Amino acid sequence: MEGFLTAAELEALGLSLRVALVAVLVDLPFAFGAALLLARCDFRGKALVDGAIHLPLVLPPVALGYLLLISFGTRAPLGAFLLEHFGIQFVFSWTGAALASAILTFPFQVRAIRLSLEAQSAGLAEAAESLGAGALDRLLSLHIPLALPGILAGAVTAFAACLGEFGAIITFVSNIPGETRTLPLAIYTAIQTPGGEAAAARLAALSIGLALGGLVLADWVGRRTRNFIGQ
Amino acid sequence: MSPGIELRHRLRDFTLDAAFAFGDTPCVTALFGPSGAGKSTIIHAIAGLLRPQWGRLALHGETLLDTERGIFVPASARRIGVVFQDARLFPHLSVRANLLYGWRRAPAPGPAQDIDRIVALLGLESLLARKPRNLSGGERSRVALARALLMNPRALLLDEPLAALDAPRKAEILPYLERLVRETKIPMLYVSHALDEVARLADRMVVLNAGRVVAEGSLFDVTAQLDLFTGAHRLPGAVLEAVIAGHDAAHGLSELAFAGEILVVPAIARPIGDKVRIRIDADDVMLALVRPESVSANNILPASIAAIRDDGPNADVQLRLKEGHLIARITRRSVERLGLQPGTDVFALIKSVTVGGREQG
Repeated sequence: MEGFLTAAELEALGLSLRVALVAVLVDLPFAFGAALLLARCDFRGKALVDGAIHLPLVLPPVALGYLLLISFGTRAPLGAFLLEHFGIQFVFSWTGAALASAILTFPFQVRAIRLSLEAQSAGLAEAAESLGAGALDRLLSLHIPLALPGILAGAVTAFAACLGEFGAIITFVSNIPGETRTLPLAIYTAIQTPGGEAAAARLAALSIGLALGGLVLADWVGRRTRNFIGQ
Repeated sequence: MSPGIELRHRLRDFTLDAAFAFGDTPCVTALFGPSGAGKSTIIHAIAGLLRPQWGRLALHGETLLDTERGIFVPASARRIGVVFQDARLFPHLSVRANLLYGWRRAPAPGPAQDIDRIVALLGLESLLARKPRNLSGGERSRVALARALLMNPRALLLDEPLAALDAPRKAEILPYLERLVRETKIPMLYVSHALDEVARLADRMVVLNAGRVVAEGSLFDVTAQLDLFTGAHRLPGAVLEAVIAGHDAAHGLSELAFAGEILVVPAIARPIGDKVRIRIDADDVMLALVRPESVSANNILPASIAAIRDDGPNADVQLRLKEGHLIARITRRSVERLGLQPGTDVFALIKSVTVGGREQG
């Protein structure tokens, strides 16, 4: 890899993977909770909640980046509060890139998990209940294992989508080498730099490889886990 | 016996209003009735999977449901085993893990040798490592039965456990069910609309129609009630008990002592003195005013007519034997031609006898 990519490009790759991994893992419990809510509960305003969860799919990422900036900027009330009391600063930091990616790819995970929860037959839950399993027990012993293909497929899809995030990141946390310059931002920078065409082509090829690898992996993982859970 | 279960529940176009004895004695109660009669609703309410609008249920002195006092023990705390028609095995778990699911969650799990005993009882030794999708329909039903037994249930509800199986699979699993009924002392409610299953397994019978109990009592008494033999979902015949009196190996026949007479049936591989259940379908009984001499039927029983009930072109005739009752289905014209009426002495010619059922005691 060293021969193919420069140190700065490797850094961008590593950063992209780190941002994507953190975003996916942070999202997972919330996405499961939201999916459970949408799949199992009926309440007033459900359509609104559903819409809010899916908003990042249709919202321009730049608009989200702007919203994050005016919320989490160090002079904004929320940003100032977090910095003062917890020492957390999202702007100009890779954690901000992870936060933006997490919000943008949240719907991918919710959708995949919700579908796998809705596909579970109510009869199995009745059987588990009659065998002595309470609600939490059923969640852990039945619903989560049976949702595994959806959980994993959603995570891999969200991970691949995170690797492509651009607009929200550059708006919210800027384009700082080694801190917030992920692969797409590095490609953008290379294109803007005279003589950077070769670097841009290399990074674009790498992005294609990662994306394709991610989709193939998602398919393979899905088949393996479906097999594992006996479907 | 005081009713063990009382339920009132109204759905959109259906009202369930049923009460019957259940759970006080370790016997098999058949819940019999056409589809839509409310059988599944009752099963779900007893299991705690449905909260009825009004109801009472106590099992072994513990109140599990009393809507008036606000008592509703959740299904997970009732310890009532349910075997569903579609088995409902957990697809992500092996057969072994399926079996242990309820066993592990029992408040007082039985000893580990219970597992081996029940695995052997249902013949599951070679299936333990498999996943449910690699099982046949009959194997799935057996695993579901074993899983429910291993939770050490206070009562067992079987919701048409054989209805999804074809005839060979049914024949494969019925002997296991018979063994289970013999060897366990758990009150069972067996939902079915197949009289042959009920005749083999049940001690008591509750007949349900349109959400109401229309008959309740011993299997023999209920199947001899005339008013259950009308309409589209009529019972096919009476179930009776006989004792093996002898074998006629030369002709491949056995003789059954029944109501002071001898019935000849195809050979039964059981010792003399064993009790067997027989079913005599109403369509297989002919009536004669004098004992016919030159007929092929081997089985002719003297009887007197207890009641007659018209049903379209036919009439169902309840016959009083020395012990028990039989039903004969003949045409209304025959009733008129022979001048049959309650009290008339007749001879019942029985064309065929279905033998099947567990021995008693």
